[in-house]
Amino acid sequence: MTNTITLAQGNGGEENNELISNVFYRAFENEILAKSEDAAVIESGKLAMSTDSFTVSPLFFNGGDIGKLAVCGTCNDLAMMGAKPKYLTCSVIMEEGFELNQLKSIVESMKSELAKNGAVVVSGDTKVVQKGSVDKIFINTTGIGEVLQEGISSNNISEDDLILVSRDIGAHGAAIFAAREGIELETELQSDCESLFSTVEALITNGIQITAMRDATRGGLAAVLNEWAKQSDVCIEVEEEKIPVNQYVQGICEMLGFEAIALANEGTFVLAVKEKDTQTALDVLRKFHPNAQIIAKVTQEKPKKVILHSSWGTKRFLETPTGELLPRIC
Amino acid sequence: MCLSIPSKVVQIDEQTNIATVDTMGVQREASLDLMAEGDVAIGDYVLIHIGFIMNKIDEEDALASLETYKEILTAMDEEERQNAILEADRCEGS
Amino acid sequence: MGLELKNLYNDFRDAKTIKAYAKLIAQDAKKLPRPINIMEVCGGHTHTIMKYGILQLLPPNIKFIHGPGCPVCVMPKERVDHAYALAMQKDVILVTLGDMIKVPGSNGSLQDARAKGADVRFVYSPMECLKISKENPTKRIIFFAIGFETTTPMTAALLEQVIKQDIHNILVHINHVTVPEPMRVLLSDDECNIDAFLGPSHVSVISGSKIYEEFPKKWGKPVVVSGFEPVDVMESISMVVKQFVESRCELEVQYKRAVTYDGNLNAQKLIAKYFEKAPHFRFRGLGDIPEGGLKLKKEYDKYNAEVIYDAILPKEEIDDHKLCKCGEILKGKATPPECSIFGTACKPNTPIGSCMVSSEGACAAYYKYGNLL
Repeated sequence: MTNTITLAQGNGGEENNELISNVFYRAFENEILAKSEDAAVIESGKLAMSTDSFTVSPLFFNGGDIGKLAVCGTCNDLAMMGAKPKYLTCSVIMEEGFELNQLKSIVESMKSELAKNGAVVVSGDTKVVQKGSVDKIFINTTGIGEVLQEGISSNNISEDDLILVSRDIGAHGAAIFAAREGIELETELQSDCESLFSTVEALITNGIQITAMRDATRGGLAAVLNEWAKQSDVCIEVEEEKIPVNQYVQGICEMLGFEAIALANEGTFVLAVKEKDTQTALDVLRKFHPNAQIIAKVTQEKPKKVILHSSWGTKRFLETPTGELLPRIC
Repeated sequence: MCLSIPSKVVQIDEQTNIATVDTMGVQREASLDLMAEGDVAIGDYVLIHIGFIMNKIDEEDALASLETYKEILTAMDEEERQNAILEADRCEGS
Repeated sequence: MGLELKNLYNDFRDAKTIKAYAKLIAQDAKKLPRPINIMEVCGGHTHTIMKYGILQLLPPNIKFIHGPGCPVCVMPKERVDHAYALAMQKDVILVTLGDMIKVPGSNGSLQDARAKGADVRFVYSPMECLKISKENPTKRIIFFAIGFETTTPMTAALLEQVIKQDIHNILVHINHVTVPEPMRVLLSDDECNIDAFLGPSHVSVISGSKIYEEFPKKWGKPVVVSGFEPVDVMESISMVVKQFVESRCELEVQYKRAVTYDGNLNAQKLIAKYFEKAPHFRFRGLGDIPEGGLKLKKEYDKYNAEVIYDAILPKEEIDDHKLCKCGEILKGKATPPECSIFGTACKPNTPIGSCMVSSEGACAAYYKYGNLL
């Protein structure tokens, strides 16, 4: 690890994991934290708790804004543990000079997204700092949810499970990158930013036994599959052509030399379900997004590894993304 | 090295010598500074590298390549069919 | 039937066609008098070969040697140190292209400079410098220019605009390199194992296929100028194999849809206007390559960051790490896994050797796409 913090250490990939385990896990070590789930399950499995900070730039993007993201992000982490989001906190750090109208508009999106989740903000904090101390506005939310289905864990995936993805991948990462200064691409692509609780609720109501769920945020599908392979000590074998990618995301990837599988999502999740439940799960998912797909099986071929199979008979390892996301243009 | 990708020209601004190109529904501006005047027209397929059009893609040559691939596939299919027939004959004979 | 944009992508990645070529190559390879080593000079080809698992589709008597055609990988540490020193100057905004900001110099990478407060920006196009210069009239914008023949005319076009628009706060630092010169150096090595080349075709879009004519003629090595999609690469391999089977030694172009014999003459004119051959350029991993790079012509000194900042730029040349085998890997004498620091001390996020620096380097591609299966 380097002596100073680099942007790469916040990428959701390898350097990020290294920083977390060497600094935070070492200091805060306890049984619940060690499970490394999207949300911590506490109070003998009855409650789930999660926290997340939001620093996205630009603040407003196709398909959402930092406010919508701040509610979706934390509620989705709860939903991924089979919990119904109930109570949130909201902490805001703004730089002086930030426009009130923008703040109002951000808070409005928070409100409407909270309604979709049936959750409320019950505590908050506001700080204003000198211009330049933060980039316009940063938001932290912490949430508590009531667990509806117990036993969901990324540590229990086995060869009886199949891996599904809830929709096409990479839309958030691609949309944000396209809007960046110095890149400037015009596209109709919208971020996938969306609350996932209603989808999860539908899965549970339909009696599906969910082994694990995770929303594929920073580091994308590649990071989730690698985390799962390691946590459950299994090999995940993916059929590459089954992974749904929409044409705009593909276009942005072609232009900048990215791979959709490593791009961030904010309303796309991966799930492991028992083989017998797979078809029902797929039917439920497709009511929300028609391009949900079964993408992988679980084996013991190379434990702790993810293998991508091509449709022309070759295979390769899929690694956890590393480094800052940079266009490969020269 | 040198990631260059095929795109379609959808607009040309002669004043600034800049074209708008489309790649699977994603659009961006690309400079025409490396091309001869009047060489690029709307609807052309071009190769884009770091914000510049570096040349046109020859449609005839591209189609000729695709035709070659089709022929190879047909020949392979035929060969496989013949092999399958031979295989079947052998089974019957034994 | 007319051509659609999606044909240019999907049809050149078609699984059936890839498989058909694998079969064709296997059939022809049986007739090869001896095993052959093909060098793909270009990092873009290395990327395609590893990402699509093309090596797994080839018979054992066709091997690949991964060449030096990645401009980021071959950048010697002293040039990265220039970029770092320039970035650390007060009132300088250092602008470059994507991958370059990860490359480590002796004090760190441009990413590290940025973490220390330097204004380092990566752009999609050099033309963004014009915009940055307008938005920052009191700052000096330095474009750290990298790339082979493909990318050189874009730097020339930027200079052309800087001069035409009479802009005074944009400078360039030139690190443009060329392809045929390192190919010659590789072939001059007595232990060279290269039997044929896949020619970098986006270079040829600018320079024309003519730049490779000497290799079959003078050096007796076939060259096929190849596109970058997996079907392109498979077809090119098949063309190379056919040359050996039929005892031919020629320059052929597979990527006909974009490459001509003469190349883009406008772009060549622009390059000739601003640049001339440097006596030599030090390639990381390979050492000094005579005439392997370009420099800005003397009359443009006032745009040349190397001239203007001469006093603060470090001059010392820095040798490659002792344990690093990049030089041998680039010459085809070793493969990445044979290097003792591959995947241990030397990884994509902490690269030691040139081939691990960019995702197009041979070692990084082996690491990422794990040719371990």
